[in-house]
Amino acid sequence: MNLLKKTKFYAACAATAVSLQWSTISLAQETIKVGVLHSLSGTMAISETTLKDTVLMMIEEQNKAGGLLGRQLEAVVVDPASDWPLFAEKTRELITQEGVDVIFGCWTSVSRKSVLPVIEELNGLLFYPVQYEGEESSKNVFYTGAAPNQQAIPAVDYLMDEIGAERWVLAGTDYVYPRTTNRILEAYLKLKGVADEDIMINYTPFGHSDWQNIVADIQRFGSTGKKTAVVSTINGDANVPFYIELGNQGVSAEDIPVIAFSVGEEELSGIDTAPLVGHLAAWNYFQSVYTDANDEFIDTWQSFTGDSSRVTNDPMEATYIGFKMWAQAVEAAGTTDVDTVEQAMIGLEVENLTGGTAVMNKNHHLSKPVLIGEIQDDGQFDVVWETDGVVAGDAWSDFLDGSKDLISDWTEPTKCGNFDTVNNRCVGASD
Amino acid sequence: MLRKILILAATFQLFGLPPEVEAQTQDASQANSALEEIIPILATARRNEVPDLVEIIANSQDSRRRPFLESLLNGQIYFTRDEERVVKVLRVDDQFQINDALSNEELGLVGTRAVRRVSVNNSLRRTIRLLIAGIDLQDDDPQVRLSAVEYMVAQEAAESREQLLQLQSEESDESVIQAIEEGLALTDLSSKDASLRSSALDKLAGNLNSTIRNSIRDMAENDPDPEIQAKAQDVLYSIQSKVELYGYVQTLFFGLSLGSVLLLAAIGLAITFGVMGVINMAHGELIMLGAYTTYVVQQAFPDSIGMSLFIAIPAAFLVSGLFGILIERGIIRFLYGRPLETLLATFGISLILQQLVRSVFSPQNRQVSNPEWMSGQWQINEVLALTYNRLYILIFCFIVFALLSLLLKKTRLGIEVRAVSQNRAMAKAIGVRSGWVDALTFGLGSGIAGIAGVALSQITNVGPNLGQAYIVDSFMVVVFGGVGNLWGTFYGAFILGIGNKILEPWAGAVVAKILILVFIILFIQKQPRGLFPQKGRGMEE
Repeated sequence: MNLLKKTKFYAACAATAVSLQWSTISLAQETIKVGVLHSLSGTMAISETTLKDTVLMMIEEQNKAGGLLGRQLEAVVVDPASDWPLFAEKTRELITQEGVDVIFGCWTSVSRKSVLPVIEELNGLLFYPVQYEGEESSKNVFYTGAAPNQQAIPAVDYLMDEIGAERWVLAGTDYVYPRTTNRILEAYLKLKGVADEDIMINYTPFGHSDWQNIVADIQRFGSTGKKTAVVSTINGDANVPFYIELGNQGVSAEDIPVIAFSVGEEELSGIDTAPLVGHLAAWNYFQSVYTDANDEFIDTWQSFTGDSSRVTNDPMEATYIGFKMWAQAVEAAGTTDVDTVEQAMIGLEVENLTGGTAVMNKNHHLSKPVLIGEIQDDGQFDVVWETDGVVAGDAWSDFLDGSKDLISDWTEPTKCGNFDTVNNRCVGASD
Repeated sequence: MLRKILILAATFQLFGLPPEVEAQTQDASQANSALEEIIPILATARRNEVPDLVEIIANSQDSRRRPFLESLLNGQIYFTRDEERVVKVLRVDDQFQINDALSNEELGLVGTRAVRRVSVNNSLRRTIRLLIAGIDLQDDDPQVRLSAVEYMVAQEAAESREQLLQLQSEESDESVIQAIEEGLALTDLSSKDASLRSSALDKLAGNLNSTIRNSIRDMAENDPDPEIQAKAQDVLYSIQSKVELYGYVQTLFFGLSLGSVLLLAAIGLAITFGVMGVINMAHGELIMLGAYTTYVVQQAFPDSIGMSLFIAIPAAFLVSGLFGILIERGIIRFLYGRPLETLLATFGISLILQQLVRSVFSPQNRQVSNPEWMSGQWQINEVLALTYNRLYILIFCFIVFALLSLLLKKTRLGIEVRAVSQNRAMAKAIGVRSGWVDALTFGLGSGIAGIAGVALSQITNVGPNLGQAYIVDSFMVVVFGGVGNLWGTFYGAFILGIGNKILEPWAGAVVAKILILVFIILFIQKQPRGLFPQKGRGMEE
């Protein structure tokens, strides 16, 4: 009897212990895990650490406002170290081991391409916040940065219509984003009647530092009397010596304007911009735009980083919009289940920081305004032109053979990332 | 309302309108002359209205108009957020010092969000420059007049022809008259009168100005008069061949400049690898330390950037040199004669040094400013210009090389270094402390890497990856030039630099680099010991 009592007692103890343990576990499960997949070391650390901090800031803000679905958010930060295959491994780790509900991450296209098969296989959810070359649409990825028709094409239109450019230099770093973008631009320019000899294309390696004769070539190319403009897809810190050389050789923006797609406030914060005043950049966001929402965002960012001179930039806004939309979608769906959230995302709206509303389209790309800004001597941009209203991001370029007939639509009944409108069938597995 | 009237008035003034309209707006036109009334309108003007306003300001006879236009050009003109007042802004730390736009009267400090900039874009900037040039034509200083005329000619401001003609009659300065005549000849090129065109061609023969060249090219292709067309073709041909010649000179300079950078980066390695036979993979990071030293020195002397560069040279030599000695005494001396282990150990050191600066300074690139005299270019003529930063680095590189050669030839240390490198046992036997010489030699090579870092900080990014970008190039130069010979490194650097720059225009930067590497591989097959083979310790084994 005694023994039985004792056993019962122990059993009860054990049960309590187990249930206690269970409740702590379920408490831990209460948090919603958000994966952050940005390089914190290696060459891309310069750009990507900022985005990691942005996600952390957004999570902090969301938790202050009570979290999501009554649960707190928890960031899981990993470092893929600018090593492309490592991006895939870290994605697998985030989803299978950490059990994250969503991932914010990647910068370079090659890292995104490396993540793509893993995130599709494990049915995860990735928010990609950087402008890219398009020609892709995945059910598991939301692209909150600009597609080529939201950055490159309007930029060329501006130069052609407002500045009167007739000769074009397409200068880029030698990898997939500049090559694809320039292919689209070349096709577009030829469509607009620009002759072959009026287009000069130039590629340089990553981190190129000796720009002397390229700048001299550009100057020579631009001295024929026809208005010449440079469209730059030069990436990363190679821009700094490029702009220094432009300044030193006296290429002024009034004679030969350079419009860049990868140069923002962050990149300019490392150089003296006085000789660069007037050169251009095309983005969907500039820190200098005066709106209350933007002022508040900048204040929050600067107090979060504790640095009153920290700048904000376009990929940060893309992260901001992506995060807000995801939060809205989770609230609307009442769950973090990937398939439900993915469907809930489509059609959602978030206020842009620069005014207007960003809308998530059926092809997982945003509708956003396009702004063109001129570099100022304080490293900021002055907006000189913007599109009327918003431009819908186009996953498949209309100017390339093989992609102009494709559309992406992730709603019923199409549910396809590369639907061929001519043959009326889904091409299937994207690369 | 007033704004609309004023803008209307400006348009009438410019294009001339029926007198009755002019009479109606006469009051407003008179108001034009008062800058006090026009400038505040900038606060509320739409972007497309600003150019007209600027034109009215330039046409007023107020002496304050030029300083105002200049501030506008420099982006210093802001308006207060309530759109009531237009002010001139100077940045003071995180705040703005605002002054009255005209009187320059100080109005105090405000936050950066209290005011907004009057937007000035490229085409407006060009308009303002032309207007300022127009004002400058009346300036007392002939130099100012000259650059005003040159700017107008280069911009092909056709409307300025009348101004030029009028000015020609009043002008007394010889060089200004010449510039005016050039400008007039340029407009004559498109005149209907064949004889005018012909004489203008005579005047402009041999002129390298690209605007003029384009006009002549246009004539050579399209002139209705076959005789003049032939003449234009002759003139164009002689201009083109001159331009081509200067193009070669420029390519040569680019090559020399690239060569000087390669030489600076490689010369330290020529000592550690060439003379001592140590494969030092951390050489690039020693260059990086030199660049960071420049940054630190510049932070310490923020007000004298030019001076700080001269302080940075010895400082960088010491910092990198000491790190070099530390590496040699701490690690490399235990690994002499084991090149593979040395390679791995120094590669590890390079990673440690990179992470060190990441932890100390942050992974972000650091901004090293160029002093005033290092930016811009030396304009030799219209088509040939040499950038100052490259020119100074070329000269600096020659000085470093000369000093190093002297050091190795004339000083006791130099003799001992050469003795040890040629025959260690014999050197020891005659009383040379070879261990001490090893440390100093390595320190010397590292210190020179540091000096290279100072030079590189002026032309490229100062960041943790700086060294990696140069380590391969450095080894390439040393191997090509011949291990153990400073002159080999010297010629190797310049041959590779010039070769690269000749290839680049027609092969592209990526392919040019590959071709150079292929060339070196083939060259080494034929000449395994490089351009100038010499005996050193590395050669003994």
